[in-house]
Amino acid sequence: MKSLPANFVIGAVLVALVVGVAGLSLIWTPHDPTALNIRGKFGDPSAVNWLGTDQLGRDIVSQLMAAARNSMTVALVAVLLGGSIGVALGLLASAIGGWIEDGVMRLADLGFAFPALLFAIMLAAVFGPSLTNAVLAIAFINIPIFARVARASANQIWTREYVLAARAAGMNKFTITRDHILPNIAAAVIVQATIEFAVAILAEAALSYLGLGAQPPASSWGRMLSEAQTLMYLAPELAFYPGFCIVIAVLGFGLLGDGLRDITDPRLARAR
Amino acid sequence: MMYFLIRRTVGFIATLIAVSIVVFAVMNILPGDPALTILGMDATDDALAALREDLGLNEPLLARYFGWVAGALTGDFGLSHSFRVPVSELISERLAMTISLAVAGMLLTLLIALSVGIYAASRHGKAGDWVTMFISQLGIAVPAFWLSILLVLLFAVNLRWLPPGGFPGWSEPVAAMRSLILPTVALALVQSAVLARVTRSSALEVMRQDFTRTARASGLSQRRILWRHVLPNALVPIVTIVGMQFAALVTGTIVIENVFYLPGLGRLIFQSIANRDLPTVQALVMLFAIIVVTANFVVDLLYVLIDPRLKARA
Repeated sequence: MKSLPANFVIGAVLVALVVGVAGLSLIWTPHDPTALNIRGKFGDPSAVNWLGTDQLGRDIVSQLMAAARNSMTVALVAVLLGGSIGVALGLLASAIGGWIEDGVMRLADLGFAFPALLFAIMLAAVFGPSLTNAVLAIAFINIPIFARVARASANQIWTREYVLAARAAGMNKFTITRDHILPNIAAAVIVQATIEFAVAILAEAALSYLGLGAQPPASSWGRMLSEAQTLMYLAPELAFYPGFCIVIAVLGFGLLGDGLRDITDPRLARAR
Repeated sequence: MMYFLIRRTVGFIATLIAVSIVVFAVMNILPGDPALTILGMDATDDALAALREDLGLNEPLLARYFGWVAGALTGDFGLSHSFRVPVSELISERLAMTISLAVAGMLLTLLIALSVGIYAASRHGKAGDWVTMFISQLGIAVPAFWLSILLVLLFAVNLRWLPPGGFPGWSEPVAAMRSLILPTVALALVQSAVLARVTRSSALEVMRQDFTRTARASGLSQRRILWRHVLPNALVPIVTIVGMQFAALVTGTIVIENVFYLPGLGRLIFQSIANRDLPTVQALVMLFAIIVVTANFVVDLLYVLIDPRLKARA
């Protein structure tokens, strides 16, 4: 068997670590991540509090674990939501063609004019900041990305002989899309989803840092960093751990996505 | 060529119109009463009615949209609720900060990314290549705001070389420059990670081609080959990414201004959200979207300058 690419292996290990910790936090954290203990504030690392405590005496490790869970949930919901709408639009565009295809692709172009941050800002201004709005904003920017990937891959499949044969046999476009197109673009979509998962983690962290995402008392790496920033002279170490977690998570999903791409489509890997 | 220019310009204007419709729709049609959002739950009915009148909320939606667009075209974005001055005044006071940050960030990004990318390509497969690509892979995963905090910890809190944030005003040029160093570096380092990788792979592609071999065979120095022959031919993919990155950089300034407490447009957006100042938020979101769309348009035009062959195909 050919050995797996290094980026895939490293990425898979990091992703397993982050997802494992996030999963574990569902059933167990060393302490309650939101439990206050003002007397034990700014505690040093110890056998009880492995990385110490923050300005309110909350256990850092427990908060990081709960934040991992929140981060994974946000990324999963946003990518699934934006990805499925995007893929559906892309498949529709590719199957029907003509002005519908043009229309969908122009809409996708339009979507690129709004980075997640701008969209989140609009939603926050109208509805007030919340994690739901952050998820919607991240999902929204994923729609055009997946629409393009799905359409480009699907257009290739539509020219294959077995698809032409299916059409000649009188299968309708919906059935062909379901039975032949979708399974054949799945690899490209999954690769893109893994990479967008990394982007979503970064986006959630940034939005929460700016106060447009997770609201207190929910734990979030981004929010922990914004709190730590005000305490830089008192407890600089608080600014290290959450950032480190973000890097591990983003790096993990990014490498895993690159690795998957190298495995599923070696030609594409070279072209990039 | 003319046809290409006209088609792209029409597309550009159409996108701008579409963007303005989306911004207006999200800010005005979505359920919710802007007057209530601005004044809060305990506002009296009279105050709400007066504000609705003020904002023109009693006029039909289409009339409000065209009024807003017509005003925006002449630089009139209406009145800011929280600051009680025209929004355009707020913007012009802060535009210099955001533009300086974005332009300085872009220049530094290009400087770092092109040097590192070309260096890595020239050391292909060797330790130098490996190390720079490892660092850039890491750089892609580092959030700009965390890098900013780390830079502040090192250069402001520990070494005390530079201020941790804030801005003394342009009347003190030296102090102003000093307070922009860390924000610019934070902005550029993160952006250059992506661009360095693209530069490297694009340069490697060119280095495999015959004319590079010919240049080498005719005895040109490695440096001259890299900067005069390889880089210009590697520019098309680089410019694509630069266009996308300029957009990312401009929205990046929103984050960085908030990290370093710099009085620019990004900080204004957040003050306006906190103050529920909807007209200001609407104007600023539109402005940032215009910058993103314009950057993409300029990239499209640049292609033709860089690679005349694209003219024929366009």
